[in-house]
Amino acid sequence: MTGTLYRLTAHELCDAYKSGKTTPSQAVSSCLDRINAVDSKLKAFVDVWKDYAVDQAQASDDRWAKGAPKGPLDGVPIGLKDVLCTKQGFTTCCSKILRGYRSPFDATVVERLLNAGAIPVGKLNMDEFAMGSSTENSSVQVTRNPWNLRCVPGGSSGGSAAAVAADECAITLGSDTGGSIRQPAACCGCVGLKPTYGRVSRYGLVAFASSLDQIGPFTKDAHDMALVMNVISGRDPHDATSADVPVPDYTKALRADVSDLTVGLPKEYFTDALGQEMREKIEAAVKVFEKSGAKVIEVSLPHTDYAVAVYYIVCTAEASANLARFDGVRYGYRAPNAVSVEDMYHRSKSEGYGPEVQRRIMLGTYVLSSGYYDAYYLKAQKARALIRRDFTNAFQKCDVILTPTAPTPAFEIGAKTADPLEMYLSDIYTISVNLAGIPGLSIPCGLTASKLPAGLQILGKPFGEETLLRAAYTYEQKRGFTLGQPPIS
Amino acid sequence: MEYEVVVGMEVHVEIDTKSKVFCACSTNFHAPPNTNVCPICLGMPGVLPVLNRGMVEATVAVGLALNCTISRWSKMDRKNYFYPDLAKNYQISQYDLPLCHDGWMEINLDGTTKRIGITRAHMEEDTARNVHTIGVAESGVDFNRCGVPLLEIVTEPDIRSAQEAFEYLTRLKQLLQYLNVSDCNMEEGSLRAEANISIRPVGTEKFGVKTEVKNVASFSGVQKAIDYEIVRQRQVLEEGGTVVQETRGWDAAKGVTFSQRSKESAHDYRYFPEPDLVPVIVDEAWEKRIRESLPELPRARKQRFQDSYSLKPYDAGVLTASKAMADYFEAVVTAGAQPKPAANWIMVELQALLTEHKQELEDCKVTSASLAAMIGLIDDGTISGKIAKDVLIEMFDSGRDPKAIVTEKGLVQISDTAELEQIARDVLAANAGPVADFKAGKEKAFGFLVGQMMKATKGKGNPKIVNDILRNALSRV
Ligand SMILES: [Zn+2]
Repeated sequence: MTGTLYRLTAHELCDAYKSGKTTPSQAVSSCLDRINAVDSKLKAFVDVWKDYAVDQAQASDDRWAKGAPKGPLDGVPIGLKDVLCTKQGFTTCCSKILRGYRSPFDATVVERLLNAGAIPVGKLNMDEFAMGSSTENSSVQVTRNPWNLRCVPGGSSGGSAAAVAADECAITLGSDTGGSIRQPAACCGCVGLKPTYGRVSRYGLVAFASSLDQIGPFTKDAHDMALVMNVISGRDPHDATSADVPVPDYTKALRADVSDLTVGLPKEYFTDALGQEMREKIEAAVKVFEKSGAKVIEVSLPHTDYAVAVYYIVCTAEASANLARFDGVRYGYRAPNAVSVEDMYHRSKSEGYGPEVQRRIMLGTYVLSSGYYDAYYLKAQKARALIRRDFTNAFQKCDVILTPTAPTPAFEIGAKTADPLEMYLSDIYTISVNLAGIPGLSIPCGLTASKLPAGLQILGKPFGEETLLRAAYTYEQKRGFTLGQPPIS
Repeated sequence: MEYEVVVGMEVHVEIDTKSKVFCACSTNFHAPPNTNVCPICLGMPGVLPVLNRGMVEATVAVGLALNCTISRWSKMDRKNYFYPDLAKNYQISQYDLPLCHDGWMEINLDGTTKRIGITRAHMEEDTARNVHTIGVAESGVDFNRCGVPLLEIVTEPDIRSAQEAFEYLTRLKQLLQYLNVSDCNMEEGSLRAEANISIRPVGTEKFGVKTEVKNVASFSGVQKAIDYEIVRQRQVLEEGGTVVQETRGWDAAKGVTFSQRSKESAHDYRYFPEPDLVPVIVDEAWEKRIRESLPELPRARKQRFQDSYSLKPYDAGVLTASKAMADYFEAVVTAGAQPKPAANWIMVELQALLTEHKQELEDCKVTSASLAAMIGLIDDGTISGKIAKDVLIEMFDSGRDPKAIVTEKGLVQISDTAELEQIARDVLAANAGPVADFKAGKEKAFGFLVGQMMKATKGKGNPKIVNDILRNALSRV
């Protein structure tokens, strides 16, 4: 059975551990074998913790043997986006400026997963500092899409999405600032959730844009999503923005019933920007909800057009300050031969950051500058409030909103690298969600003619993750197809 | 032309919370370099700040004592600039919505009272310290101080003389010490004062161009720097020049200010709201709790000293100038001493010893109980006031109990009339001349004879009894 153990979901693995059919050691070694077999093609992992994972798996074997697992994820192999601080291995955000950096602490989510018995097998590739939509901005390597190696996996959490889609591990964590979980989940054909802002602690997530960032999981199904959310959600005294809202048992939401739900379709999302094939996939998915008894209505999010502009002002402004600390003084890359402190800053940053990161730092510095602040940053904050209000208004009429996750399926590597604005449009359906702070989940809704996954985005009210999971679970049960295995070719 | 000076003060005070403002590290920055640090105050990747509640309470307490309005809703902001002593390369501070605003403080000068407007008091974090060692090519950074809570208090441009500035700083320090929020040690940098100074022709409204004098190590330094700037700026204007808006340092040795950085090269701090922290909300109930827990403040305490202890306003003012001295005085009285002698002994003799030895009252070995005991020994006639001065010196040096000192050194006053009568007879016999003088009406001779008595008793004769016996003996001559 070791041969294909890597294909199992976390809940299937735990059932197998419980019944004694297999052990965490067997599952972990199966995943390590899988990584060994496919990752030279995929390049999802930037660091694999083989010895560590094997040791942890043996300890988990003992706990299961004694009938005393630490928690519902004991012995489940997981992967972590390289933006999450881990005492084990390196934490580099796939940037040259942090090459070789070791964090002295574990992120709160990592600590919680370790306490639940999950076994991290390594760190995953990403766009440098999570800035990008294709994972091509990594300073380490370009990750490939398991469905078509010529295509990108999406981004910025491309490594996390590709690893789950290619069965390199059961669960991964990513981070989502403007779609960085949902868009790659759609591109690679797995389930990805950006929780409500404040649902999951950001402590130990290297900040890109603090008011937008959320950590979230990639899983193979809605059931696993509920299991991970049970572990990582909740107030953290280390994160002042983490919400003191009770964490329900999310597995209780796994009911195939949406008959009491009203589904909203925002008219602003179904325009010409959406390709015909993607539109058909989404419409088919909406039919599944309708058939399952949900009421479908049209809603309006009138300020949608401003989202991309607002987003790139807010996120770059915050990033320009968040990334200031990488200066070569205390840790990370320090350019040699600097002649003054200022020269050291200039050289270290110029040599340490890639072009997209530099572009965003400069843009963010500009919009905060004296004389421009009111016209850009302040105006963006006002527009952000309007976008948030759009959702509040829409959710008075419906319980969930369905949209495409991305306007197109995964594109070819290099197709958009020359045009940053074109790249930014990959996130038009996901960005507003971060600006509004609401939860959003992407779930596969079929394959295109060119055999690339399409993603359905399900949006909910603040702290409405239970409803999202119920909708996703219902859709999974009723959609009548599975994506099957990606060819990895 | 006659000019008047316009001064606004900016004071930074380190607040004595146990832990730093955004992490759990100790605020003791005198520990060996980089020992009171953690990933948060070092600005490591992935960390987040959490605001220390104690800092909010201390700031509200200061704000209330300064008659400020407390913001129900305020927020923290990021102030961006690059410097190696700033771990994150931004300082978390408060920009447009300070926690406390629009207050005032009274100062007294030459018998008149004046209100100095307080523009704002806000929370921020202190920076690390860059350490440059002579002869070493590299500089070090000690992050122990990075993240120590800092309170910035800004006045309106209401100050009109260097003396007013000095008085303001003295009153402010007194207030902060009474509130027990800071040791206000200027030499160690826990209190830093900057003065914004401009001059304008008397009778005009418009402010002149200001200079900002920084890095002054004492209140008297601030006073001298302002006086220096008045003269310097007037000279510039009278020579037809214009005052340059700039930051100036103070050279205490030369007694001059000097140009440090002109405003043209000043930073654009690109302030924006700190997204890692939630708004600071101080509701009415919380403000009320803090208000009710405020200690008695200097003005109230001075009045009470006058009323309860019948002290003169001047004495009450001196005793309440520092919280430490006022506490000490009350402890001496509680230990049984009469208020008036207690006040005198503290203000005169003890203060002289402290000044002479450059000691703070807090470090003084003379406990309130032992000073009360010493005053008790005078009251019950065991020692004379003159002897007591020597006893106090011994107490000050050794910290010993006054009774033990008196007993050991045999300083007990001679009140035994038989013994003193014998000495009087001897003194009169040996000083026929002065006795004759006295008899001839020269009262001055009496003083001489008392002196002889005290000399014979090595100062231990009870002055009152010596007087009586001597007069008696003389009347019988
Ligand atoms: Zn610390």
